[in-house]
Amino acid sequence: MTSLPAPSNRKLGLVIDLDICVGCHACAVACKSWNEQGQFGPLPDESPYGRDPMGVWFNRVHTYEVEAGNPLPPDGAYASRLGTPRPAADARSGTTAAPITVHFPRSCLHCEQPDCVTVCPTGASYKRPDDGIVLIDETKCIGCKLCSWACPYGAREYSEVRGVMQKCTLCVDRIYNQNLEPADRQPACVLACPTRARHFGDLGDHDSPVSQLVAERGGFALQPELGYLPVNRYLPPRDRRDGGPAGEVAEEEFSRKNLSPLLRWVDRILSR
Amino acid sequence: MNPALSVLLFTTLSGAGLGVLLWTGALLAWSPSPLDRAPALLALCVGVLLLALGLGSSFFHLGQPLRAWRAFSQWRTSWLSREAVVALATLVAASVCALALWRGNRGVALHLGSAALASMALLTLIATAGIYSSLKPIRAWCNGFVAPFLVFAALWSGGCVLWLVLSAYGIAIPAPGVLALLLTAGAGLAIKLRYWRFIDAEVDAPDASHVTGLGRNSAVRAAESPHTESNYLLREMGFVVVRRHAQRLRSISVACGFIIPAVGLLVAHWFEGMWSLLAVPACLAVIVGMFVERWLFFAQARHTVAGYYG
Repeated sequence: MTSLPAPSNRKLGLVIDLDICVGCHACAVACKSWNEQGQFGPLPDESPYGRDPMGVWFNRVHTYEVEAGNPLPPDGAYASRLGTPRPAADARSGTTAAPITVHFPRSCLHCEQPDCVTVCPTGASYKRPDDGIVLIDETKCIGCKLCSWACPYGAREYSEVRGVMQKCTLCVDRIYNQNLEPADRQPACVLACPTRARHFGDLGDHDSPVSQLVAERGGFALQPELGYLPVNRYLPPRDRRDGGPAGEVAEEEFSRKNLSPLLRWVDRILSR
Repeated sequence: MNPALSVLLFTTLSGAGLGVLLWTGALLAWSPSPLDRAPALLALCVGVLLLALGLGSSFFHLGQPLRAWRAFSQWRTSWLSREAVVALATLVAASVCALALWRGNRGVALHLGSAALASMALLTLIATAGIYSSLKPIRAWCNGFVAPFLVFAALWSGGCVLWLVLSAYGIAIPAPGVLALLLTAGAGLAIKLRYWRFIDAEVDAPDASHVTGLGRNSAVRAAESPHTESNYLLREMGFVVVRRHAQRLRSISVACGFIIPAVGLLVAHWFEGMWSLLAVPACLAVIVGMFVERWLFFAQARHTVAGYYG
């Protein structure tokens, strides 16, 4: 049934740290590899060694250049920044801000009110009532692609080979899998990340490590104005260490008065 | 959004078919001088054929068409499912009317059947519009213009097809009918023009800074693509037509879809004996115009996913 279940207490999801992510794509590759051999069957690739390779990927890592200031307010936690005008860095300090590079892994956010579930005409798309994971029942999917139109984040892809839609499963075949060690019962992308930029946990529990991380760092949801209530959170890039907002190069304060007479003489010689 | 041929054929052909069925049902149920048996039967057949062709086109576009029977099950939440249900009801109502007419029965069965036919055809158009207008990530579709336009476009294109059917029996459309048709054309055109003004004022286009949340007033630019080759998302949602081409196509769709058939209708009304002659070009023009308009409806719609790709 594509009616949404009653909201569950457990909201399993991911927290992705945009400050730490180095854009290595290990998470994307680990996801693809796990799903080649996991419970849901191989992810198809069409002409992988040909001219136009095409295939389904659940996780993609974008790279952006962000200019004019760190988007985080100084104190940290906030809900949505939309509608809050930000002064440009150069207006504030008079310096030109260098852009920073932000790597941005994009995958299903396992929303609480996902339209991708309600628009499905066959009931193939569903949200699990106990842990909130959104899945596709590939035996019912007719491949009409309407769910991918409804998803604002591009979480769902159509497989030409299988004729059905596919998406991130939050490694539901790993997290409850008794054949794995308890420490390995996490999504493949979380375990693969070399910089520990990805975290997995229950975002419905305020005391869980992931929820505390979100609260500390001011984790934000993507496109909250659409009302999908995504569960995943992104941790924004931190302020740069040189004091100013990201990318700002602080002017050095230099006063000759503080120097010893010898150094003052050296400075005078070198300044000629 | 990628203007897939199957979906374009579906909405234009089925739209015209539903328009024919709507007019036919309404005329049989409520008109003071209802249609004769033969033209009514032909109209029903043509309407059903167009609707079936359109539905068939979208059916064969599915990845797993053999499971399509499941699409009737989620009518509680899904507009696509609701459309399937009411489209089926329209076909059933059309069959009831055709059967009653065939047997020469003009009693209760025909009256109820034709009233149901008109209502179900209208509901099918509304459900089809609901599919598009319920999609929040696509601002060009998630608005109140889609449903009225689809209804008037169907009435207008279906009306032109009905004109063709009637002219095959030498029946001219009476003056009230001509007026009604011209009013639907006018309403459709007005809504479409207003809609184009609405989507041209793209004050809140979903760009990278908005969809990544990385800075409302920061410039966020895609520095590198997440993949070197194309993928499903880019194919399906990466298509946006160039503004220059769009303007030209808009003019073509207005001319072919509205102006030419309306002028033809007026000429046929004023000059005797031209109904049959002008019916075919008018129909062709309206179908071409609707097809181009629908192509633009897809090609000028931007999905928020495109924002992630810079």
